[in-house]
Amino acid sequence: MKAIEARDVLLSFGETPALRGASVSVAPGEIVAVMGPSGSGKSTLLHCLAGILVPDSGEVHFDGRRIDTLNENQRSVLRRDQFGFVFQFGQLVPELTAEENVALPLLLGGVKRAAALREARPWFERLGLAGLERRRSGELSGGQAQRVALARGLVARPGALFADEPTGALDSLTGEQVMDLLVASAREQGTTVVLVTHEARIAAYADRQVIVRDGKVNGLVHS
Amino acid sequence: MVSDMSVSMTLLGLLEREPSHGYDLKRHYDTFFSRGKPLPFGQVYSTLGRLARDGKIVVGEIEPGVGPERKRYVITEQGATEVESWLTEPVEAEPNLQTVLFTKVVLALMLGRPAEEYLDRQRAAHLRRMTELTEIRRGGDLVDVLLADHGLFHLEADLHWIDTTVARLDALRKVVRK
Ligand SMILES: Nc1ncnc2c1ncn2[C@@H]1O[C@H](COP(=O)(O)OP(=O)(O)OP(=O)(O)O)[C@@H](O)[C@H]1O
Ligand SMILES: [Mg+2]
Repeated sequence: MKAIEARDVLLSFGETPALRGASVSVAPGEIVAVMGPSGSGKSTLLHCLAGILVPDSGEVHFDGRRIDTLNENQRSVLRRDQFGFVFQFGQLVPELTAEENVALPLLLGGVKRAAALREARPWFERLGLAGLERRRSGELSGGQAQRVALARGLVARPGALFADEPTGALDSLTGEQVMDLLVASAREQGTTVVLVTHEARIAAYADRQVIVRDGKVNGLVHS
Repeated sequence: MVSDMSVSMTLLGLLEREPSHGYDLKRHYDTFFSRGKPLPFGQVYSTLGRLARDGKIVVGEIEPGVGPERKRYVITEQGATEVESWLTEPVEAEPNLQTVLFTKVVLALMLGRPAEEYLDRQRAAHLRRMTELTEIRRGGDLVDVLLADHGLFHLEADLHWIDTTVARLDALRKVVRK
């Protein structure tokens, strides 16, 4: 059984074809990097795998279940219960403190506030953020904010983490710290990861790399 | 530095394109591969001698007259197989390969071979090595980290070159095809 699989996915934005028969599968607990030139369809593929976008044709499966045929509401529940997300710009909620941001997926999933914050706090120590729990996103550096976003992506122990250029806005040293933590945490929890990046040094943290070109996925020849 | 291996494979590849006199071979080699450092005639003939001895080329005909300039060299099946496997086999993923990679790309285009496929294999070999170095880096002390970083940055630079070259293959094909 594949943890995540896309079969022959086509998707156009109006007249612009973004995916033209993209197929990829990711094993349970595997970390796969999606590489490729700008505009090749990496983010669109990630959004299809994560049930954010629905393909025009083709199939998307998660954990043995077809997800592209679910309705908007069912997909939103699936994303909330099963998936974590990290994007290029942390997208923290500015009105909330760092620890409230980390607790957010739990709060949205119906966990009581005190319990959610209890779950959120150990992440600060673990990601080298101790002492920053009560700061707001405007009071964090880019690397700190991105680590908070990573904690938020993993706090609910998702089956899959979807990361789109999670280090794109960071310098290379900070980016590598974030990747060290992402890989270590995902391995510890057995989380399957799809990581979009155009940087080879970031992709090298993954178990496997695939390349998207013109809306199709090329598995690399590993001789 | 172009290795003897590269010189010998390049001459062999040029002979796969068409049977040639030693003089024409040298001229074609210098045009595309010598980068301003012409291949000495002595090296051309000693290399051809070795290739003939090993059965990779034969002297196809001897025109009226005497002297080395009259001989045309023809590649054998064994020689063609050798070119094929040299082009197909990724170069070991270590820094400073640009010269060999460049030679492979130009030669592949000249021969109408799938240069993009070779570059894709090379990209895979590079990424595999980068994954290994990243693993070493993760478990290692600072010295390991610094050494691994050195390799990673060089390999990353190669990958940038590979990506740019892939984007320029069509233009490059027009330049090297005759
Ligand atoms: N919301 C949208 N509306 C219209 N076109 C879109 C939209 N999103 C993406 N596209 C188009 O779809 C194609 C693929 O875009 P996508 O964002 O998936 O590329 P990408 O590989 O993630 O690029 P980058 O590395 O620049 O982030 C592009 O041609 C892009 O212009
Ligand atoms: Mg993108």
